[in-house]
Amino acid sequence: MTATIDAAPYTVEEVCERFDPVMGLEVHVELNTATKMFCGCANAFGAEPNTNICPVCLGLPGSLPRLNGTAVESAIRIGLALNCRVRERSGFARKNYFYPDMPKNFQISQYEDPIVFDGYLDVPLDDGTTWRVEIERAHMEEDTGKSLHIGGATGRIHGADHSLLDYNRAGVPLIEIVTKPIVGAGVRAPEVARAYVTALRDVLRGLGVSDVRMDQGSMRCDANVSLKPKGTDAFGTRTETKNVNSLRSVERAVRYEMGRHAGVLLCGGTVTQETRHFDEQSGTTSAGRPKETFADYRFFPEPDLPPLEPSREWVETLRAGLPERPWERRARIQAEWGLSDEELRDLVNADALDLVADTVDAGAPPEAARSWWVSYLAQQANAAGVTLPELAITPPQVARVVALVAEGTLTNKLARQVVDGVLAGEGEPDEVVAGRGLAVVSDESALTTAVDEALAAQPGIAEKIRAGKTKAAGAIVGAVMKATRGQADAARVQELVLERCR
Amino acid sequence: MNELVSLDAAELARRIHAREVSSVEVTRAHLERIEAVDGPAESGVHAFLHLDAEGALAAAEAADRAVAGGAPASPLAGVPIALKDNLTTTDMPTTAASRILEGWRPPYDATVVARLRAAGLVPLGKTNLDEFAMGSSTENSAFGPSRNPWDLTRIPGGSGGGSSSAVAAGESPLALGSDTGGSIRQPGAVTGTVGVKPTYGTVSRYGLIAFSSSLDQIGPCARSVLDAALLHEVIGGQDRNDQTSVSAPLPPVVEAAQAGARGDLAGVRIGVVTEFSGEGYQPGVLGAFTDAVRTLGELGAEVVEVSCPSFGYALPAYYLIAPSEASSNLARFDAMRYGLRVGDDGEHAADEVMSLTREAGFGAEVKRRIMIGTHALSAGSYDALYGKAQKARTLIVRDFTAAFATCDVLISPTTPTTAFAIGERADDPLAMYLADLCTIPSNLAGNAALSVPCGLSADDGLPVGLQIMAPALADDRAYRVAAAYEVARGPGAGPRIPELRALEATR
Amino acid sequence: MSDITRDDVAHLARLARLAVSDAELDMFSGQIDAIVDTVSRVGEIPDDVPPTAQVVPQTNVLRPDTTEPSLRRDVALAEAPAAEEGRFRVPRILGEEL
Ligand SMILES: [Mg+2]
Ligand SMILES: [Zn+2]
Repeated sequence: MTATIDAAPYTVEEVCERFDPVMGLEVHVELNTATKMFCGCANAFGAEPNTNICPVCLGLPGSLPRLNGTAVESAIRIGLALNCRVRERSGFARKNYFYPDMPKNFQISQYEDPIVFDGYLDVPLDDGTTWRVEIERAHMEEDTGKSLHIGGATGRIHGADHSLLDYNRAGVPLIEIVTKPIVGAGVRAPEVARAYVTALRDVLRGLGVSDVRMDQGSMRCDANVSLKPKGTDAFGTRTETKNVNSLRSVERAVRYEMGRHAGVLLCGGTVTQETRHFDEQSGTTSAGRPKETFADYRFFPEPDLPPLEPSREWVETLRAGLPERPWERRARIQAEWGLSDEELRDLVNADALDLVADTVDAGAPPEAARSWWVSYLAQQANAAGVTLPELAITPPQVARVVALVAEGTLTNKLARQVVDGVLAGEGEPDEVVAGRGLAVVSDESALTTAVDEALAAQPGIAEKIRAGKTKAAGAIVGAVMKATRGQADAARVQELVLERCR
Repeated sequence: MNELVSLDAAELARRIHAREVSSVEVTRAHLERIEAVDGPAESGVHAFLHLDAEGALAAAEAADRAVAGGAPASPLAGVPIALKDNLTTTDMPTTAASRILEGWRPPYDATVVARLRAAGLVPLGKTNLDEFAMGSSTENSAFGPSRNPWDLTRIPGGSGGGSSSAVAAGESPLALGSDTGGSIRQPGAVTGTVGVKPTYGTVSRYGLIAFSSSLDQIGPCARSVLDAALLHEVIGGQDRNDQTSVSAPLPPVVEAAQAGARGDLAGVRIGVVTEFSGEGYQPGVLGAFTDAVRTLGELGAEVVEVSCPSFGYALPAYYLIAPSEASSNLARFDAMRYGLRVGDDGEHAADEVMSLTREAGFGAEVKRRIMIGTHALSAGSYDALYGKAQKARTLIVRDFTAAFATCDVLISPTTPTTAFAIGERADDPLAMYLADLCTIPSNLAGNAALSVPCGLSADDGLPVGLQIMAPALADDRAYRVAAAYEVARGPGAGPRIPELRALEATR
Repeated sequence: MSDITRDDVAHLARLARLAVSDAELDMFSGQIDAIVDTVSRVGEIPDDVPPTAQVVPQTNVLRPDTTEPSLRRDVALAEAPAAEEGRFRVPRILGEEL
C-alpha cells in the first residue's frame, strides 16, 4: 500500500492565503450514436457481455477502422457550442500502450491536430455571475472495454486472481474536452470546477449528443490541480484525479486536492506528479499505480484513416442547427412566462423545464402547463418512484388535456382521471375520454332536468333555498353531481339550482 | 507432370468455360502436383502451410455447375488459386507464419478472399511467408522456409515466397501476395514469375494482417502478365471496409495487358532509374536488364535515363516507417483474446503473460523490428528517426512526380541479385534488407509497380526480374509495357524446374 | 554510431512487452545499434521538408451511423485462450489503468 496523507489539513480559505490554485479539467463524454466510433456494432449501455463486438472493435488481425460520420458531426457541433475553431485538416493518431481492456493495445485518438480547438464556455456561478472557462481542445477517441476482477476480498483489482473482460464498450465514441489552465478562481476554484462540468453537461444535453450520465460513466471528469505560491509565476506540480463520478464529487475532489497539496507544500514536501483516485465515500484521493508515462505513448499518425477536412459549408450547416445554450434558453423562458427566480429554480430542480417548455410548444398556456407538471404529475411521479421525464405521458398529451379543460369538455377533476388513464396506458387523452366516458355533461336541458329531479326529491331543501338560504344549494349540487357521475360542471349546476329556485 | 499445371490461368479458364476440361479436373491436377513437389517440409518446395483439398474440390464443383448453367461467375471462374497466409479465411487457419497465431481461425474472410470466392475461383490453401511478412527470403517463417523451384537450395524471395514458389512450381496458376517493401515483386523476380503491387488503396486491405498499414498492398502473382491483370480486376476496387481504399475506378489493366501483347510501344517514354545499378548489382542481373532495355527500344519505346536522387533514402526510411507501424500493429498479439498464451499459471499477471507470450510467439526478425519501431517512435527519437523518415517519403514522392512528368513508366532491375542460398544472409539483417532496394520506393510513394521475368542471369542461370513502375492509378501503363515485353522476350524464363522432376521421381 | 546500448534495448523490450533473454539482449543490441546507425541517414534531410504519413488521395471518408450485425458471442469466444461467463478470461491485472 502506498503511504498517503489522507486528511486534507487545510481549508480552501487557508490554502488561498498562501497559494493560487490552478485547475485543468478533462471531461470524457460518450456519444449516444447508434453505433461505435469505428464499426457498426451497437453503442448500447447494459447489453449482455460481449454481444456488441465484431472483428474491428475486438481488434482482430486484419480488421480496419471505419469512421462514424455522426460521431464526427457531434464532435464538430460540440466544438461549435463551445465557441471553438474547427481545424481545416485534422486526423487521427495512435496512442500506444498495453492494457487488457484495449483490444489493439493502442487507442485511436487525436493528437497534434484535434478536430476543434481554442474555445470557451461562459459558466453561470451560484451568485448569478459568469466565469469564462477557456477550452484548449476537444478531440475524438474510442473507449475501452470493461474488466471484472474475480477473487480477492474486495472485488477490486488488488488481490484479484483473474479478470473477465467484456468488450461491448470497446470502441464506443468518446469526445475528450480539455480546458486551458483555470487560473484566478481562488477560493471559488472548487465551485468553478463544479459549475463548469454542470454547464458543460447542460450544453451537451441540449445538443442531444450524449446521455451525459456521470453515474453510468457516459460523462467522466478528470481534475488536474496544482498550487502556485502567491506572487510567483511558475505553476506547481499537478496531480490528475480520476474516478470523479458526480458533480458534487468534482467540487469535493478539487477542494480535497487543494488542501492536500497545501499540506504537503507547507510541511516542506514536494507534490508528486501522479494520477490519483477519488473515493466517493471518504471524499479523499489516493495515489494510483503509475502506468506508462506520456513520453512512452509513441503517438504517430493513424495510417488506416484518411484525414478530415470539414468544408466551410458543412461546418456552417452544423452551426446553424445548434440549439440555444441551456441558460440562455432558461433566461428567455423566464422572461416570456413571467416566472419568479424561485419558480424557475423549482422547475429546473424538478427536471421539468424541458417538459413544460415542450408542453407550451404543443399549445398549452405556460401557467397551465407548469401547474400540471409541478403538481399533479410530480405527485404521480413521486408515487411511482420515477423521475418526471420517465413518466409515461408526453408534453403533447398534457397539452391536449389542458385544451380539453379549456374548451369545457373536461373539468379539472375529470382531467386528472384522463391523465391517470394515459399513465395507465389506455391511449391518447381523447381515447381515454371516450373509453371511460368522461366528457362533461354540458347539455343544458339534461342538466336542468337533473336539477329539477334533485329538487323534487328533496322538497325540504328546495324550500330552504327558495327562502334565501342559498348555502343549502350545496346538497342539491352534490346530488346532481352524483347523478351525472361527476361529469357535470359543478359551478354551472350551482347556478342552475339557484335559477330554478328563484 | 500433368500438362494442366503448366498452363496459364487464362488458358485454363478458356478450357473450363468451353467445357473441354472441368474445374474439378484442373483442381485435382494441382492438388496432385502439390502432393508431388511441395513436401516434405524439410526438402520440398514447401509453398503451402495449409491445404484444403476438400474445400477446393467443393468450390471447383460449384464452378463447374455454374459453367454448365451457362453462367461462370467471372473470366477466372473455376481456376485454382493460392492465398498468402496473412489473408483471413473463415474455412482455413490464418497464421501469418507465426507461432503466436498458430491454428487461429478467423471469423471473417478478407475482402479479397470474399471477392475471389464470389468470382468462382478455387482456393487451394494458404501459402508460406516470412513471419508477419517481415523478410525477403521466407526463411523467417515459424514453420520452415519455402524453397525456390529453380534451385531448392535457394530462397524463393520474401515475404511472399510461398505464393511465388507455388506459382513457379506449377502448384497453382495464380496466387495472392502482399507487398509492403517488395514482397510480391522480389519473390516474383527470383522465381521467374509475374508479381504486381497495385497502386496503394486500389485493392482493399480488409482482412490482410497488417504489417505496415501505410505501405501494405495486396496484389496478384501469376505466370503471365495477362493472368495477373485478370486476377487484379477480380480483387480490385473500392471497399467500404477499408476507408483508405480509393473511390477512383480501377485502371483497365486487362485491356492494357491485351493491348500490350500486340507488341507495339511506339510513343511510350520509358525512364531507366540511374540510381538502381552499379555496385552491389550482380553482373548477370545487369546483363539481363540491359537486354530488356534493348528489347523495349526495339518495340518502339523511347528509353531515357532519369535520376531519382532521393531514392537513396528509401531503404533507411522504409526500415524506420515499416517497423514503427509494425510495432503498433503487432501490439494486439498479447495472449488476451486469441492466439498463443504462455505462462498463465495463476502466478503470472496479465502483463507478464503478455511478455512471455510475445517472447515465445515471435521470431527474432519480428522482435527486432518491433524494438526498432518502438525506438523510432519514442519521444526522444521521433523527430530524428520516424519524423525524418516521413520527410524522406516526401522527397521520394517528389522524385517520382518529377520523373513521371517526363516518362510514362520507370524501369529497373526488380532486385539487385538473383536468388541467394538459404541461410546465406540469415544472420545479417542489413544484407537481407538490400534485396528490397529497388522495390521500396513505390511502396513509400504508393504508385503501381510490377515485376516481369526478364530471362536468366548469365552467371548463375537463375531468373531475373524487370521492374516497371507507373504513376498512381496508372497501373494499366505498367501492364501494357510488361505485356509487350513479355511477348517480345518469348518463353525464355518460363517454368523449367528440373529439380522438381527429381523430387517427383523420389515419390 | 547510434549508441543504442544494451540497457536501451532492455527498455525497448519492456515497452514492447517482450521478455527477451540475456543472450537475445546481447544479440539484439548489436544488431539494432547497427541498423539504427544505418537508417539514421535520414537525419541528413532538411527539417523544412514536410512529412508524408500516408498516400491516400481522399479526405472525409465517413461511415453512416447504422448498426450492422455483430459477431455471435460463442464465435468470438471460441478463439479465446480462456473464457468464463461470456467474457474473456485473463490473468490478474496489475494496477488500474486510471
Ligand atoms: Mg484521452
Ligand atoms: Zn464492432
